[in-house]
Amino acid sequence: MLISNLELIPGRRVVEHLGLVQGSSVRAKHVGRDIMASLKNVFGGELKAYTELLQESREEAMQRLQQQAEAVGANAILNVRFSTSSVAQGAAEIYVYGTAVILE
Amino acid sequence: MYDVIVFLTLLLLGYGVGQFVERRHYRSIIEREAKYNALPAIASRYPPIEPHYSQVLVTGSTVVSVDYFKRFLAALRNLFGGRVTSYESLLDRARRESLLRMKEKSAALGASMVFNVKYETASISKGAGNTIGSIEVLAYGTALIEPHAE
Repeated sequence: MLISNLELIPGRRVVEHLGLVQGSSVRAKHVGRDIMASLKNVFGGELKAYTELLQESREEAMQRLQQQAEAVGANAILNVRFSTSSVAQGAAEIYVYGTAVILE
Repeated sequence: MYDVIVFLTLLLLGYGVGQFVERRHYRSIIEREAKYNALPAIASRYPPIEPHYSQVLVTGSTVVSVDYFKRFLAALRNLFGGRVTSYESLLDRARRESLLRMKEKSAALGASMVFNVKYETASISKGAGNTIGSIEVLAYGTALIEPHAE
């Protein structure tokens, strides 16, 4: 599955547009990480645990995106975009969407 | 009295450690930026037509938190208005770090450039009141990998 955030693939023609596909994932961090994070809130700096958490979350969202694209019979997803929003205290939603297409 | 001591200790710790961490981070950012200068990140949406590069989506993200001292400064700033420089440097660090991580991944794939780079910023944990606790910056783009010469 070709996933790209460009709108075209040089040298390959889009045969069919299959519409929007999406994947999302909501994760909350566990208490241990929260305690570490509150320490970091005093000292500043990178919150590695959160970076990893969001990375995992993003991978999961991407997997769902890919599953959906496979389900509609696409062989590529173009113009992929990410979006993050904090839905509640301590939880973040990662949302990925793009256009499923069939390339020749 | 006890409260004041705790507050001042946190302020001092935040200032000392925060400054140290930030300086170290900037040093490493500048060093790595020089290293990855040869791999351009381009905001254009249209890739070159020839040769037929293969494309891979690459991402890089960072979550950084502001220290206690800077948060205090920002709270003061809220009273008077104006530029909040303490948050500016935080966002700057996060953006540059994310872009570097994206470039590191692209370089590992053997890419020669990264197209359509976009940034996404989100405040993931809201601190006490309405202050920003920590922010996440995601940089993503499409790595173009040169086709192997046959």
